Amino acid sequence: MASPLLEARQISKSFAGVRALKEVSLSVYPGEVLAVIGENGAGKSTLMKILAGVQAPDSGALLLDGTVRTIGSVQEALSLGIALIHQELNLAETLDVGANIFLGREPHRFGWVDAGRVNREASLVLERVGLRVDPGTLVGDLTIGQQQLVEIAKALSVNARVLIMDEPTSSLSDHETQVLLSLIRELRSKGVGIVYISHRLGEVRGLADRVEVLRDGENAGRLLKDEISHGAMVQLMVGRELSQYYPHQTHSAGEVVLEVKGLRTRAHPGESVDFHVRAGEVVGMAGLVGAGRSELLEALFGVVPALQGTVRVSGRLVSPGSPRGAMDARIALVPEDRKHQGLFLEMGVRENLSITSLHRDQAGGFLNRPAEKALCEEMIPAMRIKSAGVDQPVQFLSGGNQQKVVIGKWLATRPRVFLLDEPTRGVDIGAKQEIYRLMEELAAKGVAVLFVSSDLEEILGMSDRVLVLHEGRLSGELLRSELSEEAVMRLATGAHTEAATAN
Amino acid sequence: MKKSFGILGLLVAVCVVTALLSGSFLSAYNIENVLRRSALFGILSIGVGFVIITGGIDLSLGSVVCLVGCALPWLLSVQHWPLPLALLAVTAISLGIGLFHGLLITKLRIQPFIVTLCGLLLYRGIARGFTADQTVGFGSEFKTLRLLATGKIPFLPGFELPAPLLFLGVVAVLAAVFLNRTIFGRYLLALGRNPQAATYSGIPTQRMTVLAYVISSGLAGLGGVLFVLDVNSAQPVDFGNFYELYAIAAAVLGGCSLRGGEGSIVGILIGAALMQVLRNMITLVTTRNNVEFAIIGAVILLGVVADELARRIAAKRRAAQVLQNAVAG
Repeated sequence: MASPLLEARQISKSFAGVRALKEVSLSVYPGEVLAVIGENGAGKSTLMKILAGVQAPDSGALLLDGTVRTIGSVQEALSLGIALIHQELNLAETLDVGANIFLGREPHRFGWVDAGRVNREASLVLERVGLRVDPGTLVGDLTIGQQQLVEIAKALSVNARVLIMDEPTSSLSDHETQVLLSLIRELRSKGVGIVYISHRLGEVRGLADRVEVLRDGENAGRLLKDEISHGAMVQLMVGRELSQYYPHQTHSAGEVVLEVKGLRTRAHPGESVDFHVRAGEVVGMAGLVGAGRSELLEALFGVVPALQGTVRVSGRLVSPGSPRGAMDARIALVPEDRKHQGLFLEMGVRENLSITSLHRDQAGGFLNRPAEKALCEEMIPAMRIKSAGVDQPVQFLSGGNQQKVVIGKWLATRPRVFLLDEPTRGVDIGAKQEIYRLMEELAAKGVAVLFVSSDLEEILGMSDRVLVLHEGRLSGELLRSELSEEAVMRLATGAHTEAATAN
Repeated sequence: MKKSFGILGLLVAVCVVTALLSGSFLSAYNIENVLRRSALFGILSIGVGFVIITGGIDLSLGSVVCLVGCALPWLLSVQHWPLPLALLAVTAISLGIGLFHGLLITKLRIQPFIVTLCGLLLYRGIARGFTADQTVGFGSEFKTLRLLATGKIPFLPGFELPAPLLFLGVVAVLAAVFLNRTIFGRYLLALGRNPQAATYSGIPTQRMTVLAYVISSGLAGLGGVLFVLDVNSAQPVDFGNFYELYAIAAAVLGGCSLRGGEGSIVGILIGAALMQVLRNMITLVTTRNNVEFAIIGAVILLGVVADELARRIAAKRRAAQVLQNAVAG
């Protein structure tokens, strides 16, 4: 193998006296994909920020082409050909796609932005990432998945030699993920060194040439191509073997709890959807981004009321015109965007947990403090929420614990229908398993569970039955015995629509 | 509560400085006067505090003070309406204005700044219209009614409490109980923190928003009645002028964040008192009233900057703490 393109030697970094990285080393060779994995808090993002010049290491060295360099800023990293795609989107929503791609380094003539060149070059990189939008489109008008692709196009446009991607697929649909993965392979064949962070081990297995595992801010181990397996990665990440990744058990489904007929949503007013979920059933909903999955859940929950159609819970007609209406019918929704839709970040664990049950427990409009306290005493241990106390603002909890708070606040309403939209997005393996366990427990108690996920492994691992949406239409339904990645993808891409409607 | 200590310190400091610079600050007459003004402005500040807590703003309340303050003597002295009917009318006007604002903001989704800015122009314009810019007042009538604002409650020998303090006390206790002890208060705070999450949590966000504006205008109406009873007459051109800014400044000084979701009634009261002591200091200590705005502006800025700096230091400390937990766990 050639000498490493970029090498980090014995990097240590502390924040306010707390060690985030301890003598971590890694190297990236030209033309390879190095996957960096580890639980949340393992130090992956910090290491990547150091590689890309966002932060400076306390000690240790960075070598580019075998010579020691100090990378003092993002600009310097970019000029050396190192680009980082952050986990969070860093786009200006009110600017168009072209302007975002060239933000800060606009091609100009005589002090004026050369709009023609922006458009031409933006179109080229957009085509490379498989995003078919006009460079003049406002970024705010794109879906999250499309915005992620813009972010990647932006990194490509600087002709990076080392491309660092921090969970680039966490908000992409399967289709978009496939486009991105093939793009990564193409870049690899052109000699670009790629550092790829992901929680999705299936992706890593399919893509990575080598895997570097971090645990608690230290190197925990590395795997070569033929050593990469699900089990080996999980074992290194958590330091122990997880007996069974998906705790799925076949349930004996009871009577129909949620029954949806002729439901039309604003996202796809031309299509109507019929389906049901039985008591004790875990139903997965798959589909590409834009298939209308979240909109369907939001209609069931009354956030954006459906245009038409009927929803029954245990046979009783409910018309969720508002979330409160849905709650009265004992429907709960764990929304897609935890930070914006699920939590009051500056408020404490207690206030977040009780917000959905205040009106039920009220005493003539007054807060029922004992009930609130009892709720916390019940939920925090049951959900294994780790916090510094019931009044710690939830913004300081890890992603997994935040998600457990969101799930807990809906468990508090004792729902019959539990809707979850991307329940494990941005959550580490330990918390993921606990969320799966909770879903199982709910089903075992006879709750009808319907979850949307873009993680195909999760859909296959957790569902008794899978509903697949394609452009607002239910393109098919698969029983657990019929489940396979191919079968779901065929339906999700619409390849099977004809056959499915004939059923 | 903890947040209120800083502003309380500032209030005490300004009081001490003023007392040292001017002998008349601690006279019974002056203290009663400052307390009366603080009580009147405190009522307005609590009202606008509710709106600020939801993440909104109410710029119209000075004009509501003007409209109600002109309407009451006009209805009583010019139109000769019976007292209960006139009081009912001004109550309906002020609550109606809040309802009107709330509906425009929630149903038509017009920004609160725009809605209440238009309100600011509209209500003063209406008041100037029906009075034809003429001062309206009670003359020598309604002495008993005016006691609501001008009356004094014996407190200590040689010192009496101004009657508006009684109104403020009732309003403040009700507001504090509402904000801290009822589910609606919690809803308002949650709504101000994150309106989207509030919707997704089943909080009736639109009704809560409308309620906040109704409270704001309602208390502005009560303030308007007390103000005009206090001074006996209202000149529609400048009656209540800039009162919205004094009220907003008091709420912000008292710990209400304009980003929403934060605020305490005690803090607002201290903020309102601080504003009035500052004004009092300027009148007593300087010979030039015309620097009033400059001094008030500077002090508010100072308070807010100090608060922001304190907050950043706290946030930094907490972030380090979280990192420690993350690495340790």
